[in-house]
Amino acid sequence: MSNMDSKLRLIQQSFNSRYSEWVREALDELSDNFTITDPSISGHPLVFASRSLLKMLSYSREEVIGQNGNIFQGPKTNRRTVMEIREAIREERGIQVNLVNYRKDGTPFWMLFHMSPVFGKEDGRVIHFVAVQVPITRRQRGNGGVRLSEEASGLNEIMFGSCRKEVDTNSVLELGRVLSSDSSSNVLDIEETCEASDFEKRRAANVFNSILTVLTHYSESTGRLVCGKRCSVPGVGYISSSLNISLGRIKQSFVLIDPHLPGLPIVYASDAFLKLTGYDRHEILGLNFAVLNGADTNTSSEYQIQEIIQNEQACTVRIVCYRKDKSSFWNSLHLSPVRNASGKIAYFVGVQMEEECKNMDRHGLSPEMRQLSTVGAVKVAVRSLSMAAGSSKS
Amino acid sequence: MMLRIKRVPTVVSNYQKDETEETARRSGGCGKNCLRSCCIPEAKIPLYAFKKLTKIDAENDVLAIEEKEPPVAFLDSLILGEWEDRMQRGLFRYDVTACETKVIPGEYGFIAQLNEGRHLRKRPTEFRVDKVLQPFDGNKFNFTKVGQEEVLFQFEASEDGEVQFYPSAQIDVESAPSVVAINVSPIEYGHVLLIPRILECLPQRIDHESFLLALYMAVEAGNPYFRLGYNSLGAFATINHLHFQAYYLAVPFPIEKAPTKKIATLNDEVLISELLNYPVRGLVFKGGDTLQDLSDAVSDACICLQENNIPYNVLISDCGKRIFLLPQCYAEKQALGEVSPELLDTQVNPAVWEISGHMVLKRRKDYDEASDENAWRLLAEVSLSDERFCEVKELIFEAISNGEDIIENTADTMLKDPIEEKNTIPKRSHRTMVAGTQECVVQQ
Repeated sequence: MSNMDSKLRLIQQSFNSRYSEWVREALDELSDNFTITDPSISGHPLVFASRSLLKMLSYSREEVIGQNGNIFQGPKTNRRTVMEIREAIREERGIQVNLVNYRKDGTPFWMLFHMSPVFGKEDGRVIHFVAVQVPITRRQRGNGGVRLSEEASGLNEIMFGSCRKEVDTNSVLELGRVLSSDSSSNVLDIEETCEASDFEKRRAANVFNSILTVLTHYSESTGRLVCGKRCSVPGVGYISSSLNISLGRIKQSFVLIDPHLPGLPIVYASDAFLKLTGYDRHEILGLNFAVLNGADTNTSSEYQIQEIIQNEQACTVRIVCYRKDKSSFWNSLHLSPVRNASGKIAYFVGVQMEEECKNMDRHGLSPEMRQLSTVGAVKVAVRSLSMAAGSSKS
Repeated sequence: MMLRIKRVPTVVSNYQKDETEETARRSGGCGKNCLRSCCIPEAKIPLYAFKKLTKIDAENDVLAIEEKEPPVAFLDSLILGEWEDRMQRGLFRYDVTACETKVIPGEYGFIAQLNEGRHLRKRPTEFRVDKVLQPFDGNKFNFTKVGQEEVLFQFEASEDGEVQFYPSAQIDVESAPSVVAINVSPIEYGHVLLIPRILECLPQRIDHESFLLALYMAVEAGNPYFRLGYNSLGAFATINHLHFQAYYLAVPFPIEKAPTKKIATLNDEVLISELLNYPVRGLVFKGGDTLQDLSDAVSDACICLQENNIPYNVLISDCGKRIFLLPQCYAEKQALGEVSPELLDTQVNPAVWEISGHMVLKRRKDYDEASDENAWRLLAEVSLSDERFCEVKELIFEAISNGEDIIENTADTMLKDPIEEKNTIPKRSHRTMVAGTQECVVQQ
């Protein structure tokens, strides 16, 4: 369970390192439904859920913190909408969509999902995503302003009457029962499109602003300010939030090295790498891989790594590496060039394999195969995510 | 009259030779480590046995997810790891990650790739495009001729309800193994071929069992950016040996972003929608009480198209949750000389990936000038006309539902006297195109 513990620690830190300690209380004073997620933690988990939201969905705080937002989705959640949200996260922008969410007891309901990023003022990185959920209490026809939404069928109009009531638990359940018994269904079922009113949309935007005000205020005292719009250009070597999310899914120990920067710095380190070496992320980023060298490290291995990078070839070297606590281990380090969408090399990925731990995982994938799969996953992520840079949306 | 087009076939295996060379060689032992009876007894290939699901939305219990490595990540790692291994061994004809690629700015985000090495400077071969079903021809290239090093693993259902992996397993001919092999001319990273029951040498035609296998692969990989595709003969399949393709691309496909309109629900909860605002007309299947229900609905539709000689493509996306079925007619148009030379010059053969919005372009000029409009124009040529698509829809619904258990949303396609009209539309071969006089009919 130590994976869970260290993840919870990261989640705590997500808030604590950025905002002063009263921020949670201040957020709890807001009576709206919202969640806050951290894209830099693997799995893009919830780091905060408002009391109102927990009550509305009938979950306890412990059940949702650390989970991905998709736990609130279910079979009737429109897959295309889910994809749109995923892409908004990838592109680090806001989105407002109508979405079917599920309570803990499995009952679905429509709500307006308004998500917006919160940026670090000094470096322009996405710190958190804030998602406001406003239950939709009125069903309306029409496409409204949401592009690419499903065209409402004429039937929607006929069924207006029965839907113009508060969507509380009971009526949703009743609607469900009616649908299942009537097989030649002309009844509008929860599947069909549902559009939030302008009032609800404005409400969502206002709630977001209130949250942002709280977060901004409480970030002042730590000196690490946040803001609603990106104020500065992310620095060189910066890994975008979307690449962060994708790389965070890879469970192996690996780093990304930027071969175009002087010193060949590490620009990304996976959680597993940090666990293996005992370092914190901020202690490692920006340093050369030689930070892992120590007394017994062959000086030629540093040269070897440099040569591999120059030759732009994939290669494995065996070197002695040192953890933060000075203990050492034999590392079968596999290095490979990683190209982006331009076809040119963007990074080198270095995947560690601790030789004493040559254990097959439960299913029997060999350590070498796991190393290669890490390379593959990184290649897909870097290539794909750099393709979308040129696209314009909404 | 036979309809044929000439094109340079894509080389998918390092053992794929010229047509002429194929027929000249006789089968006999080869010493090449292939998958025929000459080499099979010695073959040892990894085996991945997947767990058969009972419910389509059997999501992992999220509260327990931290406790163990979820099995879905495993197949993903296996494919990526084995593929990277073959890459480092130099088995691919080129490094696809060195090919420039971009998302074209615009509403749909068509994807273009500049790939000069995919198509060889070889003599084009003739392909018959007017018959969707053609018998298997052992003299031509088929996947039993690939080298064992091109095979990544065997893929089949596990016997005991748990995921099993054997790093090195003999090929058990009796169990009709299915394999996953590399495509040596990849469109993207991880481009593989799924060959169901490879030793049975099935021709390129969908059957229930094979489609279910493909769907399982999408589900097992658990990655929304790993999609499977199928091209029928006449819709740009070049090898008449049953196979699906798959690869990784971590951006949404334009077709996945297109809006849809629900048009029917089957009584096993499979939902059928129609694509809207997309250059190619098609159907989208999703839902179903079980994975098998969804699979059977789609394969019933495919079998119907096959039997009516209508070429089509299939895209399995969103981890098997959404399946696109696209009948097409581009090859026929090409054979009849109805496609503009401008479009022909791009040498884009609109198979499933192109129709989904991923275009591989051979010329720098086409890549630099790639636009939403160009892509749309090309794909619009691929689509069936409105009238023809209506007919095909009706054929499909009849095949899936046997006329009764279907619940249709009759929103805006109702016409007068549908019963009479119905009797005048027999199952016709797709050669006789509708001239626009026939009204579109929807079953009541």
